[in-house]
Amino acid sequence: MNIQYLKTDFLVVGGGTAGTMAGIKAKQASPESDVLILEKANIRRSGAIAMGMDGVNTAVIPGNSTPEQYVREITIANDGIVNQKAVYETGRLGFSVIQELESWGVKFQKDHEGNYDLKQVHRVGKYVLPMPEGKDLKKILARQVKRHKVNVTNRVMATRVMVQNGRVTGAVGLDVRNGNMVVIQAKAVVLCTGACGRLGLPASGYLYGTYENPTNAGDGYSMAYHAGAELTNIECFQINPLIKDYNGPACAYVASPFGAYTANAEGHRFINCDYWSGQMMLEVYKELHSGKGPVHLKMYHLDDDTISEIETILWDNERPSRGRFHEGRGENYRTHGVEMNISEIGLCSGHSASGVWVNERAETTVPGLYAAGDMASVPHNYMIGAFVYGRIAGENAMDYLRDLEHVEPDADFLAAEQARIYAPLNQPDGVPHTQVEYKLRRLVNDYLQPPKSPNNMDIGLQKFVAYEETLGLMGARDPHELMRCMEVHFIRDCAEMAARASLFRKETRWGLYHYRLDYPEKNNEEWFCHVNLKKGDAGHMELFKRPVEPYIVDVDLVEEVYDVAVR
Amino acid sequence: MALTTQRVDVPVIVDESKCLEKCNACIEVCPLDVLVKNPETGKAYMKYDECWFCLPCEKECPTGAITVQIPFLLR
Ligand SMILES: Cc1cc2nc3c(=O)[nH]c(=O)nc-3n(C[C@H](O)[C@H](O)[C@H](O)COP(=O)(O)OP(=O)(O)OC[C@H]3O[C@@H](n4cnc5c(N)ncnc54)[C@H](O)[C@@H]3O)c2cc1C
Ligand code: SF4
Ligand code: SF4
Repeated sequence: MNIQYLKTDFLVVGGGTAGTMAGIKAKQASPESDVLILEKANIRRSGAIAMGMDGVNTAVIPGNSTPEQYVREITIANDGIVNQKAVYETGRLGFSVIQELESWGVKFQKDHEGNYDLKQVHRVGKYVLPMPEGKDLKKILARQVKRHKVNVTNRVMATRVMVQNGRVTGAVGLDVRNGNMVVIQAKAVVLCTGACGRLGLPASGYLYGTYENPTNAGDGYSMAYHAGAELTNIECFQINPLIKDYNGPACAYVASPFGAYTANAEGHRFINCDYWSGQMMLEVYKELHSGKGPVHLKMYHLDDDTISEIETILWDNERPSRGRFHEGRGENYRTHGVEMNISEIGLCSGHSASGVWVNERAETTVPGLYAAGDMASVPHNYMIGAFVYGRIAGENAMDYLRDLEHVEPDADFLAAEQARIYAPLNQPDGVPHTQVEYKLRRLVNDYLQPPKSPNNMDIGLQKFVAYEETLGLMGARDPHELMRCMEVHFIRDCAEMAARASLFRKETRWGLYHYRLDYPEKNNEEWFCHVNLKKGDAGHMELFKRPVEPYIVDVDLVEEVYDVAVR
Repeated sequence: MALTTQRVDVPVIVDESKCLEKCNACIEVCPLDVLVKNPETGKAYMKYDECWFCLPCEKECPTGAITVQIPFLLR
């Protein structure tokens, strides 16, 4: 195993949705600069949108809605704990992102008059824009990356961000094919490594049968933490209503505009809005425990043509193996409801609000370190939010780094990281990563799955802390297994953060996402704030309250309670 | 540590008669990096049972040699 040294002006870690856009926008802003995307997989087919997307979930299109309306919607859906200025940017810049994607060949659904064919899925406004032909999205982005002369290094997984004298100076990674350690000097870094999708264990017991693309194991959450950055809202878990066992969207966002809806076993509606929120998840949880479960996505009342149209979208895009899953079970939307279940827990700002703290400039609290996409703390940001924040990060970083010089990496830091990465190779007969990961994630289910109880979480926390030692038992035989071992380190860090943040916030908020049995009510007097955490000077996790930034759009949270129950 | 090898049913099936020796397409696009070539036969196979049943491998195979099944535990 060798060490490979690289140098770039701007390093993008993760070439998914946000990362490809960050690279492109950085080059547009400063064509003479060197920009490098470091990708664990291959940018042609990586991340959440590897096989395209069924639609845009947060499209603010002039004439349909305004950024102010969008901010209001998300503020209410996220129980008031938002940095509105950051949410506003997704509303303000989303349309130009859609237009640029269109100019690159991405297709969005239009009506007969050529207007964007927006659908209402949210509680109030129309923000969902279908893209039934969205399957080549990632290939189109990869082509633009190339066209903009952004450098790409595929199959290298970042493991740590380098910080020297209070600013970011690059990153360290592992080549998952040849096992080399890769050291990249950079003047600014943006982390775009997606959600922590491998936190809880799916009910199927299959480690990779997650909702999120399992490549995204919480890498960026952990790397930002070790770089000294603040993380926020970690207790606001991501939990989704999914096709039971298959664990992908059913998908009400696509089907509800056609007349489908989420129903209980009796075929009755129990929620009046299919937009994913903690409040909605709490209703699903209650229904499943009421004796009226299981719940299902009901389509069998629709006519044959409509169902065929839904099938074409659902089986061709995003999660195209949905069709063969149903087929294997002899189930058909015409005769069967799609049985749904509650997913494993994860961390993801794309869907909920848990992420690395960023402001409206995509800056973390560490100079030179940016974050974008699912791992950055802009709530309910979804795909367009990832594009918007990739763009913001790319543009701002080029401004920031203009007069900076590279810094020689710290030799002690590199030696320590080298020892950490390769430790499992020294003991090829150590415990396989699969078992170590399985047990860790089973403990996450046992002790952190809401509803949350303090004593359980305390036990969980102790176990996650002690698991640091268990990680030392792992053995690996090749670079691929080393990659998985490093991912288990990331997952452990995220589990500890999730336990500590959940214990810290002594109230219930965001419906099921943070439903505490010992504090079942919302308590605005004490907890109308963010819970942030960071690595303290002594190396321990520190938690503290961070005030909510002053609102820029008025919302009366007492009047406008987010309630989607059908009573 | 004492170890043993267990058999598992893997989701990806490669029709070796259709797999091209000079091709690497499926291996290059798999986000989980679980496909490799058998050095002896030059044919692709699933080396690690770590699959998101996402289908890039199947979609990008020029000869239709790949079939992705839903992993057994989910089926
Ligand atoms: C099944 C599913 C369906 C969805 N449906 C919709 C929808 O219909 N509409 C919508 O608007 N949104 C949808 N979303 C959400 C949306 O896809 C995400 O919010 C968005 O794509 C996130 O972008 P990202 O850049 O943060 O992550 P990704 O696009 O996942 O990119 C992360 C990248 O980082 C790489 N990476 C990870 N770790 C490392 C590391 N250590 N080093 C280097 N690289 C690394 C990964 O390989 C990947 O390429 C869906 C998400 C999922 C999972
Ligand atoms: S893409 Fe098809 S032909 Fe190419 S290596 Fe894979 S299985 Fe063989
Ligand atoms: S289905 Fe996806 S994860 Fe599985 S082998 Fe194919 S590309 Fe890889």
